Amino acid sequence: MGTEARLSREVSQRTAFAFLALATVITLTPVLFIIIYTIINGASALNWEFLTHFPSQAGKAGGIFPAIVGTFYLMLGTLIFALPIGVLAAIYLTEYAKDNWLTRLINTAIMNLAGVPSIVFGLFGLGVFVLTFHFGLSLLAASLTLASQALAMVVTTSREAILAVPKEYREGSLAIGATKWQTVGHIVLPQALPGIITGVVLAISRAAGETAPILIVGAAFFLPGLPQSPFDQFMALPYHLYTVSAHVPGMPRSTMWGIALVLLAVVLSFDVLAAVIRIKARQRK
Amino acid sequence: MNNINIVLSNNKEVAQDKFAKLKTEGASLYYGAFQALRNVTLDMPSCAITAIIGPSGCGKSSLLRLFNRMNDLIPQARVSGNVELDGIPIYNPKIDVVEIRRRVGMVFQKPNPFPMSVFENVAFGPRRHGIKSRFELAEIVEKSLRHAALWEEVNDKLEQSALALSGGQQQRLCIARVLAVEPEVILMDEPCSALDPVATLKIEDLMRNLAEDYTIVIVTHNMQQAARVSDMAAFMMMEEDRAGVVVEYGPTSQLFTNPKDKRTEDYITGRFG
Repeated sequence: MGTEARLSREVSQRTAFAFLALATVITLTPVLFIIIYTIINGASALNWEFLTHFPSQAGKAGGIFPAIVGTFYLMLGTLIFALPIGVLAAIYLTEYAKDNWLTRLINTAIMNLAGVPSIVFGLFGLGVFVLTFHFGLSLLAASLTLASQALAMVVTTSREAILAVPKEYREGSLAIGATKWQTVGHIVLPQALPGIITGVVLAISRAAGETAPILIVGAAFFLPGLPQSPFDQFMALPYHLYTVSAHVPGMPRSTMWGIALVLLAVVLSFDVLAAVIRIKARQRK
Repeated sequence: MNNINIVLSNNKEVAQDKFAKLKTEGASLYYGAFQALRNVTLDMPSCAITAIIGPSGCGKSSLLRLFNRMNDLIPQARVSGNVELDGIPIYNPKIDVVEIRRRVGMVFQKPNPFPMSVFENVAFGPRRHGIKSRFELAEIVEKSLRHAALWEEVNDKLEQSALALSGGQQQRLCIARVLAVEPEVILMDEPCSALDPVATLKIEDLMRNLAEDYTIVIVTHNMQQAARVSDMAAFMMMEEDRAGVVVEYGPTSQLFTNPKDKRTEDYITGRFG
């Protein structure tokens, strides 16, 4: 084969690689830019008072303590509702439901649920939890609303994790006279757990960043105290950030970026946690 | 009841004046519209090894999975005819499938130890059947591992992951896992196909020892293996519509030296398959 042919092959290969690398860089740029820009602009606002005090002067001074606490409560509430229901539904869909058109329809519906705009979930929460169930504008109503939205992701990732458990393990268990339920509980779930946890953590961290749904089911801009019961209103980081940015004139820019930085840190730390769990589980095998 | 006297290939004379341990009469298996097995009639003697041989895809594994109702796991699988364990029809709707699977254990083609410790692998079955005492479990684990000729090799690594064992050890662990629930029958689906010759020989020796106490049915691709270990042999083939049938069934020595059917002879002399 001629030298020319080899050269042109090499050139086309290098060009292809260059384009692939470029695409990767373009993908990473906004993410890195956001993180770096937020740190540069927000770091100066971070101090002990900012993290542990109540806001004053409509958020222009003081801290964001109740918003941090509110966001953690929301994540906890979402977890409590979305985890058990989502995992149980995933078990039913993978292990017990017959593989027919209805099951396939349900699976597709659940996957598409993840694409429903979050404000629609907010409206749903307002209609069902706030008004129909009389939970009022509250932490409970907001947790249930966010959990409804998180369920789609929890069910989808749990289903995938359960389906990834090798058939050989199930057969080995059933073939020595373990019941289906015992096989699910002692073989399938422990194996699928890392995948399930990853999905749940990602769903929760996404819920933590939601602004639109909580806006209409119970988030408050300012409360004099922390919520004392699930039926109280609450403050939350994304809503706080939205309000101070859009509705408070003369808001110091560094405070706005400081809130964004804290929110980003909360969400990203959960994503890192999910990655650590996945890596640990892979090493254990 | 048939009163036949057959000389088994290892020269153990068995008076067949009792129930066959496993029995099928006109058994057929369907996956939806596809018929996988047609009209299988076999009597498998107690405490002996029966080999099922035949070319790929002829339904050997499907036949094996008939005996512990493993085909139930496949949607749309349907069985007609009769399959009996100790004279009890196991496809009777009143039968407890879980109990059948405890009495009829199964070892798979690819060793499939659970991703847990050696101890927990063997203790898994007894635990699920309600044994909780650590002392009792330890006894069962040791007994089962000894019975599976694995104890000497693993007694110092009971707490280690079973996945760290060699392929042959893993397969013997799977046999120990089955023995731990005290089955009566052990089904083996090409148990040596993923193993090297040395590990294969160990499993074959083990099978001969186990045949003292257990009824063993083995599916194998390897005709030398069938000839070496089995007392009875069934030769299967696929018919035109791809349904599996048993062409010939009899004592292994007879099937291999003096086959009655031309197709059996062609297969064992290596003319096809």
